[in-house]
Amino acid sequence: MRGLKNLMWVQFILYLREPAAFFFTLAFPLLCLLLFGAIYGNEPAPAFWGRPIGTVDASVPAYIGLIIGTIALMNIPIETAANRDSGALRRFRATPLRPITYLVASIAVYFLLALLGVALLVVVGKLVFNLKMAGSWPAVLAGFALSALAFFASGYVLASVARTARMAQTLGMLIFFPMIFLSGAGMPVQMLPAGLQEFSKLLPLSYVVKLMQGLWFGDGLAVIAMPAAVLCGLLAVGVVLSARLFRWE
Amino acid sequence: MHDEPVVVADGLRKRYGDLAAVDGISFQVERGEIFGMVGPNGAGKTTTVECVEGLRRPDEGRVVVLGLDPWRDARALRERMGVQLQTASLPQRIKVGEALDLFASFYRQAADGNALLERLGLGDTRSAYVSQLSGGQRQRLFVALALINQPEVVFLDELTTGLDPQGRHAIWDLVREMRAEGATVVLTTHFMDEAERLCDRVAIVDHGRIIALDAPATLVRQLGAQARVVFEVDGLQADGSPGPAPSRSSPTRASKDGAGQLNLASLGVLDGVLRVERAGERVVVYGQGDGLVSAVVHALETDGVRYWNLRTEQPNLEDVFLALTGHSDAAALGTAVTVAGPVVH
Repeated sequence: MRGLKNLMWVQFILYLREPAAFFFTLAFPLLCLLLFGAIYGNEPAPAFWGRPIGTVDASVPAYIGLIIGTIALMNIPIETAANRDSGALRRFRATPLRPITYLVASIAVYFLLALLGVALLVVVGKLVFNLKMAGSWPAVLAGFALSALAFFASGYVLASVARTARMAQTLGMLIFFPMIFLSGAGMPVQMLPAGLQEFSKLLPLSYVVKLMQGLWFGDGLAVIAMPAAVLCGLLAVGVVLSARLFRWE
Repeated sequence: MHDEPVVVADGLRKRYGDLAAVDGISFQVERGEIFGMVGPNGAGKTTTVECVEGLRRPDEGRVVVLGLDPWRDARALRERMGVQLQTASLPQRIKVGEALDLFASFYRQAADGNALLERLGLGDTRSAYVSQLSGGQRQRLFVALALINQPEVVFLDELTTGLDPQGRHAIWDLVREMRAEGATVVLTTHFMDEAERLCDRVAIVDHGRIIALDAPATLVRQLGAQARVVFEVDGLQADGSPGPAPSRSSPTRASKDGAGQLNLASLGVLDGVLRVERAGERVVVYGQGDGLVSAVVHALETDGVRYWNLRTEQPNLEDVFLALTGHSDAAALGTAVTVAGPVVH
């Protein structure tokens, strides 16, 4: 794909020049980690979690879901819609650049940024709270990749549906903020009343949290099969829809 | 193959709701020429040129550019064409050099970005943010982006809107250089003088249709020899009568007590005068014959009118447009009113 490397580089640089987005995407989960880690510590709490793991150990995989959700439902729709509104995408359209190249470049950069966020969480978690992981790194990364790509594709669908940057921001917030609190990403689902726990099964982010936590703790196929399948379905639908709906203007 | 027209547009139509933005436009552009579409804002120029570029789809009609269909063969055509859009924009917080390198990477073959920036007088701005550039610099950057792939045909939409006179002249020189290097240029503009200066052939567009198409000099000549005598009078009021005493010093003629009354109707019936137009303080007398200037001056002197800046002007493209459409190019003339003489349609 011609222009892919250059476009990736430019997207990356432009993202670094936007400190506000940078902050929320990467620093917010870190702040959650430090805050709740300070409150609850990381001593094993089998009474709460059903097994001898600490709150921080259980929260880090959930915060990975937070990073993915922020990028997919906030950064992607807003940035895409803003570029469309300003006419920047239209100018691209007048060149031989193919839409797929633009999508791949953007998703690749967001993927790297998400990875950076995960790395920060893990490093801080280890240094400050003696973070432990029972699963295998390749499995965790594979689960992360599946979750990220499925959500990013959905983010581009949202970007195509929203008419303007303002609408993209509103829709993104409407969808994402409930998910923070009700899917287990921001706080454990166990803390929710039973009715809301049922509702959380409708939220895609819940499956990211379940998958990441399952892989983090080294749980077997029985636990991770269902969330993985749901996310594969989301990925397939997201890819097809985003390719079909993508608009330069 | 090199004798075939670079652009063929045939029977283009495009509606937006009730409005026929493009209402049956056909033209051809020959290789190596500068072809202009000129007309007031809203005439349909941008819609037409974007249909030709393949950015909009016409409701009816056929377009061929460099032998290709801009819609079906879009990618192949985009390799060979350059585009400068009216609503030109780049991602926020991008720098000049980054933008140029990025666009260069989209094409199979690209010119040397640095050399191009130098040529366009942007050599020093490579590491500046695009948002920091002045209007003229920005415009030149977008021209650079249109030329980065050394295109065979370049489309320029409203190239000099918002530029100061120096900037406009610089861009005009650039366009002539493009032609000198073998590119074909298709431009749109609402500035009549720009079209007249730059274009080998011009299509005058009004309300979605082409009402004239030829070399500017030919169009002007076909209008018939019609000279203009132009002057300014201080303090004209809405009914053509003078307002308070003039504020400027050194009138052309030694003043009598009180300024004379300017009677536009009496100018209109002079020998050789075809019509009189007034726009604000500027009066234009259209006519024929060698005695036109002296007749006007004599009438003004007889009435004791104070006038300034009297001059004669040759007919130009703007006159062609006025004659063909009967309404004025607002940007040039302000609110013009025909006071005397036959109504022109």
